Amino acid sequence: MEKFVSVKGVACPIPNANVDTDVIMPKQFLKGIDRSGLAQGLFHNLRFDERGNARKDFILNKPATQDSRFLVVGPNFGCGSSREHAVWGMLQYGIRAIIGTSFAGIFADNAANNGLLLVTLSASEIAALFDAIGPTGCEILVDLEAQVINAGDLSIAFSVDADRRTALLDGLDRIGGTLRHADSIRSFEAEYLKASPWLCDRIDA
Amino acid sequence: MAGPLTLYDKIIDRHRIMSLGAGVQGREERLLLYVDRTVLNEYTSPQAFSGLREAGRKVWRPQAALGVVDHVNSTAANRTDVVEDKGAQGQMDYFARNGRDFGIEMFDVQDPRQGIEHVVLPELGWVLPGMVIAAGDSHTTTYGAFGAVGFGIGTSDVEHLLATQTLPYTCLKRMRARFEGPLPVGVTAKDLIMTLIRKIGADGAAGHALEFAGEAIDALEVEGRMTICNMAVECGARVALMAADEKVFAYIAGRPRSPSSAMLAEAQKTWADMRTDKGAVFDREIVIQAAQVAPMVSWGTSPDQAGAIDDVVPDPKAVAADKRAGVVRALEYMDLAPGTPLSDIRIDRAFIGSCTNARLSDLRDAARILRGRRVAPGVRAMISPGSSSVRREAEAEGLDRVFVEAGFEWRRSGCSMCLAMNDDVLAPGERCASSTNRNFEGRQGTGGRTHLMSPAMVAAAAVTGRLTDVRTLKLLKA
Repeated sequence: MEKFVSVKGVACPIPNANVDTDVIMPKQFLKGIDRSGLAQGLFHNLRFDERGNARKDFILNKPATQDSRFLVVGPNFGCGSSREHAVWGMLQYGIRAIIGTSFAGIFADNAANNGLLLVTLSASEIAALFDAIGPTGCEILVDLEAQVINAGDLSIAFSVDADRRTALLDGLDRIGGTLRHADSIRSFEAEYLKASPWLCDRIDA
Repeated sequence: MAGPLTLYDKIIDRHRIMSLGAGVQGREERLLLYVDRTVLNEYTSPQAFSGLREAGRKVWRPQAALGVVDHVNSTAANRTDVVEDKGAQGQMDYFARNGRDFGIEMFDVQDPRQGIEHVVLPELGWVLPGMVIAAGDSHTTTYGAFGAVGFGIGTSDVEHLLATQTLPYTCLKRMRARFEGPLPVGVTAKDLIMTLIRKIGADGAAGHALEFAGEAIDALEVEGRMTICNMAVECGARVALMAADEKVFAYIAGRPRSPSSAMLAEAQKTWADMRTDKGAVFDREIVIQAAQVAPMVSWGTSPDQAGAIDDVVPDPKAVAADKRAGVVRALEYMDLAPGTPLSDIRIDRAFIGSCTNARLSDLRDAARILRGRRVAPGVRAMISPGSSSVRREAEAEGLDRVFVEAGFEWRRSGCSMCLAMNDDVLAPGERCASSTNRNFEGRQGTGGRTHLMSPAMVAAAAVTGRLTDVRTLKLLKA
């Protein structure tokens, strides 16, 4: 995963509540066995009409925001389906962080596992950020090391869970990290299954 | 742990391998969580297996995983192992290969045990009280009906789980919803959960493990409880839970993969304590009087945009300011005018299926309404049973004849038009009465319009051609 230290770029406003992962990554982009080709899928039905032409009225198709690095979003962003394709598509499109008041649980885990930074702000802070970037978006700076967002004169401090921040800053191998505890897992498992033998009945050959 | 505990705390505590410190912004514990079992599907698992291959890793406990093809497969009566869609074919082929290479049992579309993953696992007897089950599908919350912690995860976490049998886990806050009093006649589990979602919103239980309790829940059969836990994710709950009772124990006994009766007797001693202690504290509690619940239908593009069937389409000017823009957008997408009675909304399609509402009891509910009736002219209606086993059981009872005589297509099992990853799709502008779980924009097909409701309500809409209060239809004899 790509490290995130401090990134400058255009922030695009998408203030709708409950933007779901079906809308972020529609079904026709879920048929792969790898992670490729998902930039085209991002918000596809909002970005393109039935003939594949760009819808000029959609925010990410406007000249000022088509190279956005950040989304500033409404509450409960990423709700619905668990499809990690939504997060892969964000990163492939070039989105590095999403800033909002709340994110759906599975989406937030998927983002953390792929190095997509999610920043959670209060309702008043997000309102100030929407004001600062305006309806058409503008350039901002997101500094993970200092945990601060700068948008013009506006400066907002944020905090991110220490584990996730370290992973984003250093790009950790999560499975390798857990497997360092393999002996603990093994001994827990042996004791646990011995105490609950019905969990193995008709499962273990 | 001291003091009275919630069911959620008890189950998590039994699966704690080690603490990983404090969680997000210092709140709640992070821990390494042992996961009992998982179920895999063909569309969220391929990249996880590729990741294992690239790193040269094995699956930690292959017998704790089971795979079933459900999302992309055809539901045509004469389906084969081959589909026209190259992507879907590639996913099914890779899925089978992953099962072979990693030693995991996989059910393909021709397997008599094939079906929607969250229907298949319980009917096999694979879900037991006190378990933790994580899987690459958001509706894994279904297993809460058995007193098991079930939650959805993304593909990276599927890979982590396969490789380690664990997940790094942040404990959730605890919430309880009580449905007091008996369930009124003509009201189903679907109506209870849709009422809760409308009341608390699409993020009303975000960050919480949501336990259901109360007389109306106790009175439900296990299948109805699965409907409620399944849809709990639509109000943001990451985990849904209900205390396992005698109905659950009876449901589990004698299934193909459930423990032997001697083992079950042993297990039940442990399961008896798998309930929330008196005096345990929840971060949030909601009470709903079941007597006030009516048959529900959704009118918008988020599951909380719903009302009782005798309501009208809301006027955006009359809703709270923070909800207004969402309502305006939803009504535009759904092509609905404020003030329209919900029972005046005409439909083009009717669909009974999905992990929410396609079990045998759901099919019986629909058949009761359809017996002696015909689907309204101009409406295309289809049923995709929750599993191949449900399909056989329904046929043994003659339900298939009721459906076919009424004009429904009697299809094979799969996720089908709940999310339309196969060729069961709404055309742009088509309006569908649907027993599924999500009415998102484009969910059942680009430009398609979904109205969520119970299977009996779908049957009622199918025969009248418009959204209809099922309580107004008399039962007919065939």
